[in-house]
Amino acid sequence: MKESIALMWRRLPERYKLIGSACENCKTHYFPPRSICPKCRRKGKISRFEYSGEGKVYSFTEISAGPIGFEHQTPYVIAIIELAEGAKCLGQIVDARLADVKIGDPVEGTFRKIQSDDPEGPIHYGFKFRLKK
Amino acid sequence: MSGIVGYGAYVPKYRIKSETIAEVWGEDPDRIKEGLGILEKAVPAIDEDATTLAVEAARIAMKRAGIPRDSIGALYVGSESHPYAVKPTACAVAQALGAVPNLTAADLEFACKAGTAGIQMCMGMVDSKMIHYGMAIGSDTAQGRPGDALEYSAAAGAAAYIIGPNDESMAILEDTLSYTTDTPDFWRRPKADFPSHGGRFTGPPAYFKHVMGAFYGLMQKMDEKVENYDYFVFHQPNAKFPQAVAKQLKIPKEKLADGLIVPIIGNTYSAASPLGLANVLDKAEPGQRIFMVSFGSGAGSDAFSIKVTDKIKNRDRAYPLSKFINEKEYLSYAIYSKLKGNYKGM
Repeated sequence: MKESIALMWRRLPERYKLIGSACENCKTHYFPPRSICPKCRRKGKISRFEYSGEGKVYSFTEISAGPIGFEHQTPYVIAIIELAEGAKCLGQIVDARLADVKIGDPVEGTFRKIQSDDPEGPIHYGFKFRLKK
Repeated sequence: MSGIVGYGAYVPKYRIKSETIAEVWGEDPDRIKEGLGILEKAVPAIDEDATTLAVEAARIAMKRAGIPRDSIGALYVGSESHPYAVKPTACAVAQALGAVPNLTAADLEFACKAGTAGIQMCMGMVDSKMIHYGMAIGSDTAQGRPGDALEYSAAAGAAAYIIGPNDESMAILEDTLSYTTDTPDFWRRPKADFPSHGGRFTGPPAYFKHVMGAFYGLMQKMDEKVENYDYFVFHQPNAKFPQAVAKQLKIPKEKLADGLIVPIIGNTYSAASPLGLANVLDKAEPGQRIFMVSFGSGAGSDAFSIKVTDKIKNRDRAYPLSKFINEKEYLSYAIYSKLKGNYKGM
């Protein structure tokens, strides 16, 4: 699952720092970032918005047959996280098994390796989540 | 004079016990535990490396310091397990912190003392007013050849220090001194998966000579003595070496205890003495003094005299090192080998 260098580089803000966007007109938050507010259309005023990484588990599941690049990480938990500031995003929950996670559990952002294309390719880093204790 | 404006420490969740490793290689677990003084060591998760550990520690340091992220003028990451041979760990850490683009950044390597070398570089830059704040990180996911004595100790962890002016510091770096020679005690050649070492040669001509050299050098330079310090932190490749140093220097056990965490997390290489210092700073009170000596094979030691200020009372206590040390999960040797990437074809 190779990703172009340019795409990887363009996504660094959202992957490293959870930078999404928010509409100053209707106060809706988006992640990943949008360049147009679907609610306000032309009246919308979109700006960059950095999420804290704090949030709670909205829903979750366990991956037992991972795609290429993730096959050695199985089983791992992925979840829809309801970010404290208002948007939802999909992310891995690290250092946890299915039995450790419940809907509504508080989480915090963490920084991990996502995947490495090949031994000579670039390493992709980005946000994941950790159960907050 | 410069000091520590903020600090952060991180240790991965996973542990493997010395007896679990000993069982695989037919060693006597009690002999290992008594000989090295290591009960268990920290193991990185499959998605952790020296970069991710450094980011974790650095983010905690930034929270503690409470300074704007674009105010970091220099960022150095010391490690012997940088994920890339060419492409700086420091750039990824700076980007993840939001400290880019107006800063200088570089990776350092000096076996187990590259983290403290970074602290010295930041001290010089702050003292000369070239920068206002600098960040020095020691971060490692150390490798030990399966079956080798190093396998019981080579661990993972990171510690980050923000160095700034002394009037903003929770601990003042009163002085520093280094002791460096060319000593072939431990090395890893390019493309080698695991380091090699000189066995017993790593003791007297390497660790002890350099740690003692830096210790006596700084004590004499400052005209100080053991009685004037409340805590001592030494590089800790195992528990035996720093305990032997303390015994020789007549340092009471209680002054060594808080800075000696190798028995429960292993040797975190570049992070080893910086993590010991972080554990001390988590407990230290204003006015107390700390003496730290790092050691890196090859070989050299950096000694520091540190005085805790009133600002330590305001430190953020949300992420003490003990939180990461206490939250742990034990691994079997099979899973440990998977996380370390020791299986062929992975």
